[in-house]
Amino acid sequence: MTTGGALLELDGVTVSLPVEGTMRPVLQDVSFAIRPGEALGLVGESGSGKSMTARTIDRLLPAGAAVAGRVRFDGRDVMTLSGADLKRFRGEVAMIFQDPRAHTNPVRRIGDFMTEALRTNSGVGIQEASRRAVALLKSVGIEDGERRLRQYPHELSGGLLQRVMIATALLTQPRLLLADEPTTALDVTTQADVLAILSDLRSELRLAMLFITHNLELAAAICDRTVVMYAGQVVEVRESNKLHDQPLHPYTAALAAARPNIDATSHRLTAIPGRPLSAFEAPQDACAFTARCPHVADICRRGRPALVELDGGLTRCVRASELFGKLKVPLNA
Amino acid sequence: MRLRFFVRRLAMLIVSLLVASFVIFAAIYLAPGNPIAALSGGRSIPPESLKVLEARYHLDQPFLVQYWYWLTNALHGNLGISITLRENVSDLIASRISTTAGLVLYSSILIIAIGVGLGIAAGLRPGLLDTSILVVTAISASLPAFVAAIVLILVFAVQLRWFPSLGNGVGFFDQVKHLTLPAVALAISSLAIVARVTRAAIREESRKEHVQTAVSRGIPTAQLIWRHVLRNAAIPITTISGITVASLIAVAAVVEVVFGLAGLGAYLVQSAQSKDLAVVQGISLLLVGAFVAVNVLVDVLYAVLDPRVSLGSRAQ
Amino acid sequence: MSVAAGVSSVTKRSRVGRQRGFSPVLVISAAVIVAAALVATAGPLLAPYDPNLPQLSQYFVGPSPEHLLGFDASGRDVLSRLLYGARTSMIGPLAVTLICMTLGSLLAVTAAWRGGTYDAVISSGLDIVFAFPGILLAVLAAAVFGGGLVAPVLALSVAYTPYVARVLRGAALRERAQQYIAALEVQGASSIAICLRHLIPNMLHLIVAQATTLFGYAMVDLAAISFLGLGVQPPAADWGVMVSENQQGIIQGYSIPALAAGLCIVVVVVAFNILGERLYERGEARR
Repeated sequence: MTTGGALLELDGVTVSLPVEGTMRPVLQDVSFAIRPGEALGLVGESGSGKSMTARTIDRLLPAGAAVAGRVRFDGRDVMTLSGADLKRFRGEVAMIFQDPRAHTNPVRRIGDFMTEALRTNSGVGIQEASRRAVALLKSVGIEDGERRLRQYPHELSGGLLQRVMIATALLTQPRLLLADEPTTALDVTTQADVLAILSDLRSELRLAMLFITHNLELAAAICDRTVVMYAGQVVEVRESNKLHDQPLHPYTAALAAARPNIDATSHRLTAIPGRPLSAFEAPQDACAFTARCPHVADICRRGRPALVELDGGLTRCVRASELFGKLKVPLNA
Repeated sequence: MRLRFFVRRLAMLIVSLLVASFVIFAAIYLAPGNPIAALSGGRSIPPESLKVLEARYHLDQPFLVQYWYWLTNALHGNLGISITLRENVSDLIASRISTTAGLVLYSSILIIAIGVGLGIAAGLRPGLLDTSILVVTAISASLPAFVAAIVLILVFAVQLRWFPSLGNGVGFFDQVKHLTLPAVALAISSLAIVARVTRAAIREESRKEHVQTAVSRGIPTAQLIWRHVLRNAAIPITTISGITVASLIAVAAVVEVVFGLAGLGAYLVQSAQSKDLAVVQGISLLLVGAFVAVNVLVDVLYAVLDPRVSLGSRAQ
Repeated sequence: MSVAAGVSSVTKRSRVGRQRGFSPVLVISAAVIVAAALVATAGPLLAPYDPNLPQLSQYFVGPSPEHLLGFDASGRDVLSRLLYGARTSMIGPLAVTLICMTLGSLLAVTAAWRGGTYDAVISSGLDIVFAFPGILLAVLAAAVFGGGLVAPVLALSVAYTPYVARVLRGAALRERAQQYIAALEVQGASSIAICLRHLIPNMLHLIVAQATTLFGYAMVDLAAISFLGLGVQPPAADWGVMVSENQQGIIQGYSIPALAAGLCIVVVVVAFNILGERLYERGEARR
């Protein structure tokens, strides 16, 4: 990947975790980049390595994890950061988690939770920090910020708490937001609110974002480009607006087909046959998707495919150019 | 909501104490043997004196009336007269209470300081230290106080001669010296339990997602441990420390007997053996009261430490 | 030591870590318990001498090939007394455990199943009984009813039942909320049948773990009561009594009888506690 002005760049990132005494790969040769202000979607089924990618970027891997490859943020090697540099990095990269309730300390007030990093790492006084917190709460649609700061997490609903999370993430004025399925734990109407807020604030603040979701449509709606992952590997990188209609990888096409479409006349819901593989189950010398791919051929089993450029995107499929334009979504056809 | 919790706990405290006092009184009332005969020491008493005595001790009244007299007297600090020593039970208790209180306090300090300290060390640092603390506490948690006591006497009093094996001592430092082995014997199993629970609580809290949030925000490790791990682990640690400290109040009796300390517990056992029932009643009432009070205190502390508690009870 | 069941409910140990497989510690604990049970059953057959035959001339005489652990303060054979003592030392805790588990399960299941007023009454009742520390209640019982095992056993059973019932009630409530129970109710199965055939069997791992831990605690408390002279009465051979009888030996420089009896108590209690803890962890891991 040649991205001169990339804010975040992953280059051949491979991660293994110790499981019962053996090292199990969870990410294999993951490469992509995010430009300043760009929203990049990261899509895949559970276990595909999406969250692990975010954790790797944010240095949140469990003890004993082995990381190969490079993660660069603003030109600096993230994996070797320490001390003040690491602290500054963590101020510049903020993370929003899937379950806001589990990710807030239940015994600390909202105000403490929101301003802790600002007070600790930026030396901002409590009153100034609280003032900024209230202002940001207002921008995520919470009007009575002063009162909220005095409340405890258990006194807030999930949707409200996720907005608090977003406001908190923005408080240190980060340049990159890692959003790990920020709406999955919320109910449908709240999801829409939270997404709208996130989207608006992001473009307003010209903030780069890595948006992790299992929902291809959602990623396409919010992000400029989307990365599709399968079994710990990147299988496709594509402009979001082309992802649905002109997928490059059969897995992306299958993902797009496997969701209910209210416009379609058919009531049949296509599911991808078989079950998703974890990175450690993926074959070493074949395409990881062979077991479930409707377009599988002998050539797919002759070594692991490389990421190749096609139609302005990237795909890890040896039959990509042959299949290009034929991977239409069956339901809409 | 909080207020309702505290009021409810206070009401429970009073009910518990009333029931406890009733049980204590009823048990003694039902005990075989005639209190007058005990009072007279077995000598025969003329019928008219018997009537006078029965009236004076309300023995001619129905059971519930007698309970009421006993309870109101007890609340005024009048716990009756010891038949063996012919003295006021309250005075006898007063002269022994400081030994027991000192012993329990000394033990509690050891339990909380060392038990919680070891637990934190083991919880935060997996490895050799953690493993050795686990093994040692697994055994010492099952060590009965009286067995710990004789081993301590053997090693530190008989062989090393660092501490005395018997008696209360005179003056503050001498008393502390005399109380050291008893306090250690009393503390040892509770200390191990507190250490293990502390370790488990710290491990559990360290794994919580909200700790990850704090890490991702660049909170320094020391602050992370203090404000997010220890602060949250303090909830189960306080509960277990409170429960164990409360249990010391009763177990102190065993240690007092081994070390020949003139405390309430040893006196309770001695009175139980000699059937000095007024003393048994008085001391039981006091110890149950202290036990219940410490337990209520633990519940209140729990509610103070955990903002999620409104009306629930602990151990959920 | 009335911490008993409280510990397991407070800790909520992690599910990670040792789970399946037989760890050596587990095997050793189980072996100690089986051995102790065998000695408690067959102790009198194994004992080489009469445990109650005093030979005052042999007062605190040390071990010899004929008397492996020597003599106690009254010149009785220590090994024989230990072997006989296994039964008296373990029958009390066994009784406490059986009474508590029966009573505790019954109360817990009733409270969880009937809910409402039943639950409120049972829970408040348990909270009130909770006010009595076990040892204190046992001393009170012994003072009123005289020495012997019966009064302290009943007293400890009353004192420990709330701990057992509290934990089991929580488990019963969780189980009660399971869908399959509702399905059985809809199918018209009787409450008693559901409780006996489904609810209790599904809580069994917890009941067994609780019983194991409880045995250890009851043993410590009963030994302490006997040590204080309020439980098993001399000259009967009992480990707690033996520590008390030979305590003077510690100061006089001859500690084998007291230490041997103390060691017996500790070994058995440690085995029960470790086994109980592991059983609890396994039960939690399986859920």
